[in-house]
Amino acid sequence: MNYLMVLKELGILLICEALAMIPSLGVAIWYKGSDVTAFLYTIGILLIIGLCSLFIKPKNKTIYARDGFAIAAIGWILASFFGSLPFYFSGAIPSLVDCFFETVSGLTTTGSSILTNVEALPLGLTFWRSFTHWIGGMGILVLTMAILPNIGAGNMQIMKAESPGPNPGKLVPRLKKTAIILYEIYIVITIIEIILLKISGLPLYDCCIYTFGSVGTGGFSNKSMSVGYYNNLAAEIIITIFCFSCGINFSLYYLAIKGNIKDFLKDEEFRLYAVIVLVATILITFNLNVNIFHSFGKSLRQAAFQVVTIITTTGYASTDFNQWPTFSKTILLILMFIGGCAGSTAGSVKNIRILLLFKSVKREVHKIIHPKSVSTVKYGGKTVNEGTLSAISSFFVIYIFIYFVALILVSLDGKDMITNISAVATTLGNVGPGLGEVGPMGNFSSFSDFSKLVMSFCMLAGRLEIYPLLLLFSRQFWKK
Amino acid sequence: MKIIIVGAGKVGYTLAENLAMDQNYDITVIDKDADALAKADENLDVLCIKGNGVSTNILMEAGVIDTDLIIAVTGSDEVNMLCCLTAKKLGAKKAVARVRNPEYSQELSIIKDQIGLDFVINPEFAAAEEIARSMGFTSAINVENFAKGRVRMVDFIVREGMGLIGKTIADIDKESKSTVLIGIIVRNNKVLVPNGSTVIEENDHIYVIGNPSSVYSFCKYHGKNPDKIKNVIIVGGGRITYYLYKLLVGMGINTKIIEINSSRCLELADELPNALIINDDGTDEAVLRSENIDTIDGFIAVTGIDEENIMASLIAKNLGVKKVITKVSRTNYDNIVTHLGLDTVISPKQITTNLILKFVRGKSVESLHRIVDGQAEVIEFAVDKSSGLIDKPLKNIKIVSDTIIATIVRRKEVVVPHGKDLIKAGDRIIVITKKQNISTPKELISKANGGLQNELLNGIKRIGDIINM
Repeated sequence: MNYLMVLKELGILLICEALAMIPSLGVAIWYKGSDVTAFLYTIGILLIIGLCSLFIKPKNKTIYARDGFAIAAIGWILASFFGSLPFYFSGAIPSLVDCFFETVSGLTTTGSSILTNVEALPLGLTFWRSFTHWIGGMGILVLTMAILPNIGAGNMQIMKAESPGPNPGKLVPRLKKTAIILYEIYIVITIIEIILLKISGLPLYDCCIYTFGSVGTGGFSNKSMSVGYYNNLAAEIIITIFCFSCGINFSLYYLAIKGNIKDFLKDEEFRLYAVIVLVATILITFNLNVNIFHSFGKSLRQAAFQVVTIITTTGYASTDFNQWPTFSKTILLILMFIGGCAGSTAGSVKNIRILLLFKSVKREVHKIIHPKSVSTVKYGGKTVNEGTLSAISSFFVIYIFIYFVALILVSLDGKDMITNISAVATTLGNVGPGLGEVGPMGNFSSFSDFSKLVMSFCMLAGRLEIYPLLLLFSRQFWKK
Repeated sequence: MKIIIVGAGKVGYTLAENLAMDQNYDITVIDKDADALAKADENLDVLCIKGNGVSTNILMEAGVIDTDLIIAVTGSDEVNMLCCLTAKKLGAKKAVARVRNPEYSQELSIIKDQIGLDFVINPEFAAAEEIARSMGFTSAINVENFAKGRVRMVDFIVREGMGLIGKTIADIDKESKSTVLIGIIVRNNKVLVPNGSTVIEENDHIYVIGNPSSVYSFCKYHGKNPDKIKNVIIVGGGRITYYLYKLLVGMGINTKIIEINSSRCLELADELPNALIINDDGTDEAVLRSENIDTIDGFIAVTGIDEENIMASLIAKNLGVKKVITKVSRTNYDNIVTHLGLDTVISPKQITTNLILKFVRGKSVESLHRIVDGQAEVIEFAVDKSSGLIDKPLKNIKIVSDTIIATIVRRKEVVVPHGKDLIKAGDRIIVITKKQNISTPKELISKANGGLQNELLNGIKRIGDIINM
């Protein structure tokens, strides 16, 4: 491994994190909060470490695939650690493990919280907590690529390690331009949502919080009641639409801007995603209508909001869905394993993988009937190569395997099955709330430190699509 | 500038690699072969598309409509031509194709016109031209012409016993009294831009630039006598041989061709009625002796197999042939080949890449020569008013680091410049630089101020002083 180059890239990442903290520092100063010094200390530490790394002069500047994976994995762990320092320094969250959990949850756009009283947090810290969703959604490393001048070709390896989906690709020949285009689309969506939420009547500060939460598909709120606190239909609709939009592959937006709207609507993954959302919404609406609300309009409103925020792995709650009938809860739990589209800010397994898995299963069935038949799996009219297919199958297997291992470890705490099952599913899928004790009105504070660390690992593994983190445990990976 | 490269083979890859270093170029590579593409995708900052470069769909996906240039370098002539034709019809502004079949090359002008190709490259013909050129200079490994032959650059290795060893450049210049410039020294595969106090060592590879007669006399004075070559043996009867034979005969050199395959011999005999073609194994010492290798001045090994070329060349070298030229297609042999003592090694693919790069770098760059895998470049520019270089003494111009202006070419004279010389409008300049991707004279002027520039300025002054002495 090219250690020097990895160290240098990590240093640059920390400098970028320091820059990303400046808006939150601004907010802290504006509200004259007690957290100003906490931010200043953290930014200072980040800059000192980061600037030191600039003195590293690696002889070999190539970044190979394994270096890219190392940068992504270690980078995210470091960013989470240093990102948690403001919470720790300000004393708002006394336990370092809790701080780490909270920041990992932010950066990975999960939105699971250990805070019992969110309103008590200083406003600067609440802002930072949500802002981590925003930078984590599109990717911290992609952000550094958009900012840095003249990045090398090796950075493609980093992007591959960080971007979600089986085959992350570029939109335009230059990696840097690709990163800039992605962030441009992202920023435009963000600004539109802030404006719309403001019009719907939310205070500006809350608009920012919910916008970061929904475009990053994170789910941190500044209210314990989450979106339900406002009981504002317009805001709920806006958040639903924007969560849904950010669960779509961003390269489709680029196609649409280029005037290719037909391809956007024809995209197989987008269609599957839309159909799943539609079907789940209809099923839950009927279920709620019969069992709880007895009003079609109200059922639809709650069902649509919950389905979208869960499948996009956002995790906002407009109501306590923990009180819903088992059928609805089961559907929501399944949605946690599906997630959004590749190349979006959403997490979990991703629709494209589910789609291709089913297509290969279909082929296998066909092969049993006609043992000698030869066929390829097509996606969007193009043949998917066998390597990608087997990578997807093994991804799915390892995803489930990690899920089980984490489930066993977490169950040592002795909580009930539903809580454990949903807690691990929600952290591994980067969703946010689960069911039972960790339901939308509950939180993760009662877990032991060990379980919190296990779940932090799950969140990072889910965000980086497992392999980068898994490689850290391979001995060969560290050898020269 | 948007460029599409069709074919990610050796040439396509090297082109993409070189062009991608310049941030102004946006490069898309198309290839059918997923493995070749994967290599480009992993190592280069380019967009890769898998598919057939002739297909309209694929070309549209690559954004052919607003592409400035399409370069077709797949293995097939027909695919390359068709690809350029389609791309041009779809809106590509310029097209470059590799066309190597001799049958087409005779109809090149018609093909160019009809398809609308802007530049056609035939690797074998280019290689033949290069070999023929270096045949003119026995001692040199390589001869490169600039400014339509008015400036010549020769590179040779300083061997044991030569008078140059242990002397500084300033001394050498005082002795030889010729106006040439030792522009580059390659020592252990590293490129140095020398100054007056640099000492020449044994096994240095030096590049001498100046007007042809001065370079000739420089070589003569320093014991590298540029004898005229009269008799040549070519081993291997491929396409290069076909072109090369014609060129050598045009230069008045007696040429024998040795080819192992009898049916190919017949074909050659058909194509080249007057040639002496011998059907035998050119890597066999006995065969070479029976063909009187001791009376031969030049030996050229251009069979299809690198290893045979190397072996045949070693035998010839051992038998005392003065000038041995070896074709080696695989560039990964480069290092080992130089160790073996074979000095003139040519690679058609490398030549192709250089020629296409020359074309792409735009009009103001007239010719370009890359040294040691592009560690340094020799570039010729036409200088116009916008460049900001005109009518200023050279010592007042701040030039980017690791760069020297080697010669100024005017209508009547060739100047090896020193600090007081001026560049006038309409002059051509030849620049030696370790910087990549300089494509206009304007880029020679350094923007930032700093110690490095002053050092360089001094470097230029020093070189100027040496030359004046």
